[in-house]
Amino acid sequence: MKKIIKPCGLHCIKVNHLGVSLGNQEILKDINLHMHCGSLNAVIGPNGAGKSTLIRAILGDIPHTGNIEFKDRENGQIQKLKIGYVPQSLNIEKQTPVSVYDMIASYQSHFPVFLVKNRKVKNKILDYLKVFEADYLLDKQVCNLSGGELQRVLLSMAIMDSPNLLLLDEPVSGIDRNGMELFYKTIYQLKEHYDLAIILISHDLDYVKRYADKVILLEKTVLKQGSVKEVYQSKEFLKVFQLEKEET
Amino acid sequence: MEVFSWLQYDFMRYAFVAILVITPLFGLMGTMIVNRKMAFFSDALGHSALTGIAVGVVFGIEDTNISMIVFAVIFSLLLNQISSKIAASTDTVISVFSSCSMALGLAILSRGGNFSKYSSILVGDILSITVQELLYLLLILVLTFGFWIFGFNKLLAVSLNRTLAKSYHISAAWMENLFAILTALIVMVSIKWIGILIINALLILPAASSRNISENIREYHFFSIVFSLFSGILGLVISYYVNVATGPTIVMIASIIYFITYIWGRKNNL
Repeated sequence: MKKIIKPCGLHCIKVNHLGVSLGNQEILKDINLHMHCGSLNAVIGPNGAGKSTLIRAILGDIPHTGNIEFKDRENGQIQKLKIGYVPQSLNIEKQTPVSVYDMIASYQSHFPVFLVKNRKVKNKILDYLKVFEADYLLDKQVCNLSGGELQRVLLSMAIMDSPNLLLLDEPVSGIDRNGMELFYKTIYQLKEHYDLAIILISHDLDYVKRYADKVILLEKTVLKQGSVKEVYQSKEFLKVFQLEKEET
Repeated sequence: MEVFSWLQYDFMRYAFVAILVITPLFGLMGTMIVNRKMAFFSDALGHSALTGIAVGVVFGIEDTNISMIVFAVIFSLLLNQISSKIAASTDTVISVFSSCSMALGLAILSRGGNFSKYSSILVGDILSITVQELLYLLLILVLTFGFWIFGFNKLLAVSLNRTLAKSYHISAAWMENLFAILTALIVMVSIKWIGILIINALLILPAASSRNISENIREYHFFSIVFSLFSGILGLVISYYVNVATGPTIVMIASIIYFITYIWGRKNNL
């Protein structure tokens, strides 16, 4: 991993009283979060707890109440928050003629991808793919990538605009145990070397235990947040995951 | 020259120019329609042409082209809206609305046993195109190319992942609606020449063939436009010599290209 920018630890992102309703149904209510750059924040919770909704609300993809602040801790100045996002999967079928270059350039550049390859855009993409050792994938078709390869490509794309906040939806399928290990190691290095805060939606409590700085237990609202130890030993945690285990 | 003897007639020359404009346009649009799995959507749009004409007849609008275009634009936006709101699968929703509107159109147009007057629109007749109509087609081609230059990247981004596109401040709803309107315009402007029954084949086949053998967006566009142009020109010439309708001849050639690319693609991908 190249391009080392030490996290300064001085920026913070605050989510204040965030709520989401769809029709009469309240999906999220009164979410308050406080994150510093250089921290890995894992969101855990049962299925249907609103984890993905939280990410979509932060991205502004669905209407929400409350607000999100991005502050410099030193002088308290409010700045514009840049968000990178890594989705769980893409809407792409087998045989779709879209290469890795096409995909990244369609998001990152205004130069029409159907004309010719733009050398400047190509070099920029290659630079970022190299960060995750994925530069050899540039001309591969996106639909033929393995789960792990796609994840690395999506991560490269997410950090191209040097975001302050990285939102990650952990992949649930197509990645084996080794791939998951690599995924978490990469994320860990990312937060060590880049000046950004990470919110990771996770389905795997073991990995969260090993890698997260802070855990947020979510079920419609934040039931408990704090260090791994604090959350994993709380009665709320036991209640939520004990119940789930009995069901399955 | 004997080979180009068909070019001595004005109607053939116009038809030839029309083919040179329409087929690249269809090749271009088709790439996105196939990528976004909108084949059924464009088919429904084609059928709505009948309803558009019927609406024009009912309201006494002299130029039914206008009512046809207006209706198709509204219809396409409505379909987009409904498919995103209703949880049922999109093809079911489209089918319901398409059949409903087509039945309405057929009922109105067949009143008093007059339907034969409109039946030419089912098959289309490219040989009857006039210079002014050619200019309209050219205008649409320029418009589409402009939209492609400015909007294609965004459209591709939205089709890959809407939320991801949102994180780049690309509005999915805007791009989808613009694309739907453009599709409606293109289908309506060319439907008189191509015909309701086969217009969708011309939109889908070149792109689908190209997809069989392409690995990236540039190849995809290139082959789609080349296949579209090739089937268009060859279809026109063959139909002249064999004396059959031009539209179906073009579609048959495009189908043959599809099967060849399918076999070729399978051989090289396995």
